[in-house]
Amino acid sequence: MKAEDIINRINLIEKKAPLNGCLLPHNKTKFTPSGPKHNSTSNSFISSVKPDCSKLKGLEVSSVPYVDKHAEELRGEDIPLHVAFFTFLSYGVLLLVGYIKEFFSPPSSKERHREDYVPLFVGFESFYFRNVYRPISDCFCRPICGVPGERMTVLERTSHNNNWDHVLTGRKIDSINVGSYNYLGFAEKTGPCHDAAARAISSLGVAVASARTEMGTLEIHHELEALTAEFVGTEDAITFGMGFATNALNLPSLMGPGCLVLSDECNHASLILGLRLSGATVKVFRHNDCNDLERRIRRAIIDGHPRTRRPWKKVFIIVEGIYSMEGSICNLPRLIEIKKKYKAYLYVDEAHSIGALGPRGRGVVDYHNCDPKDVDILMGTFTKSFAAAGGYIAGSKALIQHLRMSSDAQHYASAMAPAVAQQIITSMSIIMGKDGTDEGQRRLRALKRNIAYFRKHMENRGFLLFGDPDSPVMPLLGLPKGPLSFLVRELSNRGVASVGVGFPATKITGARMRFCLSAGHDKQSLDEVLKHLNELGDVLCCKYNKHKGRADLQIEW
Amino acid sequence: MPKMWNVYESFQALLEAGPYHLAFEGFLLVWVIWLLVAAKSRPRPIKLTKKEEEQLLAEWTPEPLLSSAPDPEHPALNTRTVKGKLGHYVDLGSGPLLNLASHDYLRFSEHEGIETAALECLHQYGVGSCGPRGFYGTTEVHLALEQRLAEFFQCESCVLYSYGFSTMASAIPAYAKSGDVIFADEAVSFCIQRGLQASRSRIVYFRHNDSGHLQQLLEQQAIIDSKNPKKANATRRFLVVEGLYMNTGNICRLPELVELRHKYKLRLFIDESCAFGTLGPHGRGALDHFNIPMSEVDLIMGSLEYGGGSTGGFAAGTSFVVEHQRLNGLGYVFSASLPPLLAAAAKQMLEILEAEAKDLVPTLQHRASQLHSGLAVALPAKMCVSGSVISPIKHVAFKPSSGLTVKQQESALHRIVQEVEQRGVAVVVASLLRSKEVCPPPPSIRLVVNVRLTDAEITTAITAVADACAAVIEAEAL
Repeated sequence: MKAEDIINRINLIEKKAPLNGCLLPHNKTKFTPSGPKHNSTSNSFISSVKPDCSKLKGLEVSSVPYVDKHAEELRGEDIPLHVAFFTFLSYGVLLLVGYIKEFFSPPSSKERHREDYVPLFVGFESFYFRNVYRPISDCFCRPICGVPGERMTVLERTSHNNNWDHVLTGRKIDSINVGSYNYLGFAEKTGPCHDAAARAISSLGVAVASARTEMGTLEIHHELEALTAEFVGTEDAITFGMGFATNALNLPSLMGPGCLVLSDECNHASLILGLRLSGATVKVFRHNDCNDLERRIRRAIIDGHPRTRRPWKKVFIIVEGIYSMEGSICNLPRLIEIKKKYKAYLYVDEAHSIGALGPRGRGVVDYHNCDPKDVDILMGTFTKSFAAAGGYIAGSKALIQHLRMSSDAQHYASAMAPAVAQQIITSMSIIMGKDGTDEGQRRLRALKRNIAYFRKHMENRGFLLFGDPDSPVMPLLGLPKGPLSFLVRELSNRGVASVGVGFPATKITGARMRFCLSAGHDKQSLDEVLKHLNELGDVLCCKYNKHKGRADLQIEW
Repeated sequence: MPKMWNVYESFQALLEAGPYHLAFEGFLLVWVIWLLVAAKSRPRPIKLTKKEEEQLLAEWTPEPLLSSAPDPEHPALNTRTVKGKLGHYVDLGSGPLLNLASHDYLRFSEHEGIETAALECLHQYGVGSCGPRGFYGTTEVHLALEQRLAEFFQCESCVLYSYGFSTMASAIPAYAKSGDVIFADEAVSFCIQRGLQASRSRIVYFRHNDSGHLQQLLEQQAIIDSKNPKKANATRRFLVVEGLYMNTGNICRLPELVELRHKYKLRLFIDESCAFGTLGPHGRGALDHFNIPMSEVDLIMGSLEYGGGSTGGFAAGTSFVVEHQRLNGLGYVFSASLPPLLAAAAKQMLEILEAEAKDLVPTLQHRASQLHSGLAVALPAKMCVSGSVISPIKHVAFKPSSGLTVKQQESALHRIVQEVEQRGVAVVVASLLRSKEVCPPPPSIRLVVNVRLTDAEITTAITAVADACAAVIEAEAL
């Protein structure tokens, strides 16, 4: 490969992920001019090949430069056929065994006091629960105690009746947390956020027992909404006490029968529920595929309503900023282009992207450097990056006024608790630098660095990571149910709290481990996670990345 | 000429075949022709040229995002802002007013013990839980609260939601699916209506608190069922009611409903949101009030945002029923869990309620009946107070005989609220999305009684409301 060619590629990578030098080819003679400066003798280099990287800290392995086959190619990669085959086979065997078992000893569906009733649960759902979910139910809902920060304490559970019930053993496992959505590390029990929240409880009480339109509007709610609008860059914003409800309860106020909605196939359940309640016609397009979207939107507008043959009243495109299961980032500039071309309205759910993306942490709009006014409805949640609860919708003044008048949650649900509102205000101010420090920028930089570090190392070790290189959510695909549960349990025993997701939350072959990084992680914790993953990946033979073998990657911390 | 011979042979064979055979072949021939012709006459998808397509796209003009410009006079855009705490007295900018507006029946929002518990939890857990229950959003506090709630309601199991509204809206569709029938009181709160809508079941509303009407509807259903027993055997029948109706202030007639449940094999879901902490010797709600065992209902739902003085909601019942929601309650599975500090506050609230319910509930009910009887006498003739006497929720509204339109009533009530405020009491017009409600109740001022009211305060409240009503009626000549 020609040197120029490589330099170009490297520049491309640098442009895509401007990461204060986290990714660097090591061959000094060729590359020092094109990349940020680095010190080849410092401790900040590690080699990623050997299983135990902690031993290799500080070692320098001279090598052929690492060239990343970037995003498009990696995203196109799919899990190998044999894995898909065995995944189906394992589910097939499980179901078969389940059916045989239940043929000989049918589950008792008798309820006390409800004799001769129509059974409450029938069909495949409960069969699936008994035979597929139950055996691995210990991998989910693990209780913790303490802050879900970058490290947390997981309470060990055990079961004496094949996972029907779980009991706490009393043992507490100190774990590295790569499961919580604590992207900017604001889940803290000390510091400015905590202190402000404590003051809010003392001065404003624990909760507000009234709806916003009745007596539940406190000054802090106005403050929160003004700050949110400023942060997102819109005229106004409205906030709600629950992120899920923000979608589910507001979509019906914006669209109704006669409207067309083009919804990404990986959209969150809250969006799907909101759409169902709204009565609009929904067409689903392939995940993150703008060409498919354009084809469908074009066809739909030309054809009109399939039953009444009338033109659509309004057309909406609903996408998410970062998809929590896929780790992919939506292509906002292209979406805005399509939206303008076809006169549609764009609804972006920034549940995961707000705070975690963009040079200023202002979500996917900031990341793609778009104008927030081009997105008609900007929705997001406060649960993740702000470590609070609730959600917001931001947009034009008229839109927000309309929602204030017609949103279910404004009229019937209690207002947001003051401590929660205060946590958002404080953390948002820190991200915006309003506290007078560069703490927010520091967190954003740390998150970026961690993402790049972890992803490069994982890929270099041969793991098949999905999603966008800049996304803090990283799914690891290609794990059938058995290996998935083994990995979650074993990581858990080794002190790494991670998340495994499988069917029905994903496709049958799409079962995955999901890693969520935080600004709070330090190199040591990430290295430890990588070490364990590397070992377990070898045991499970689940390193399917075709680019495996780039043994010589050098990554600066 | 072998070829000619072949044709000749075939022709001979054809002639030799019987008439039936010929008729059959003739029929086949006609059929083939018909198929070809019919296939042609079927409408073909119209293929538009690129130009035509572009023209259609250019011609299509969508409706604006908002159907009409928002009315700046709308009450929802002119809500009052509380300065400081929403406590027993509130400051709306003009000095302290007696709070008869917030649903804080037991004044737990100002209880020091609860505040301390929340603060202690904050010091240990921070604010947010940063994840749904499935993925490290379950803390010890959540588990403890669920267990305490289950004990409190004498149920096997309980699940905790992070938002009161979503509790009902998620719990109902977790069980009721399309093909099922749900009987519901027409006055059920809006969150239940959303849950019913999300279930896609057939919804049958019966007249408010009218078990006779419900029985009629059930009889009708029984007739439908007897015609198609196979379908009836797969149709689950639910009955959804509230223990204490937010929209009317009435207590539901639970004993009658329980009888009907037995007779018609209904699954009874009861929403105890408003009844929690206000009814029954233990403050457990309507079941407790009528002394009906928990086994008579299938699911108890409730919000912790009213009497509970916290945030979130719960659903309690047998493990068999309730645990299902941990995988199927949308608002449970896909939402971040309740901030631990709010769960800790709720847990502390339960401790206090358990210890003090025997004093708190009778006091509250006594205050409620004081206010009720006082208002019944003092209100002008055109207005009335409705709701059960012991219920902490009172609706002050115009009598149907007043002959006013809904709009007139609403504007008069908003005027009354302002007048009441000038007399030192904060009240609100019950906020409703009239166009979305299935059966919207008449406009009303919702008064909320709380346990800390004194005799003097109740007298003030009665005088303030009655005087304001009289003043507005006189000023507007209604």
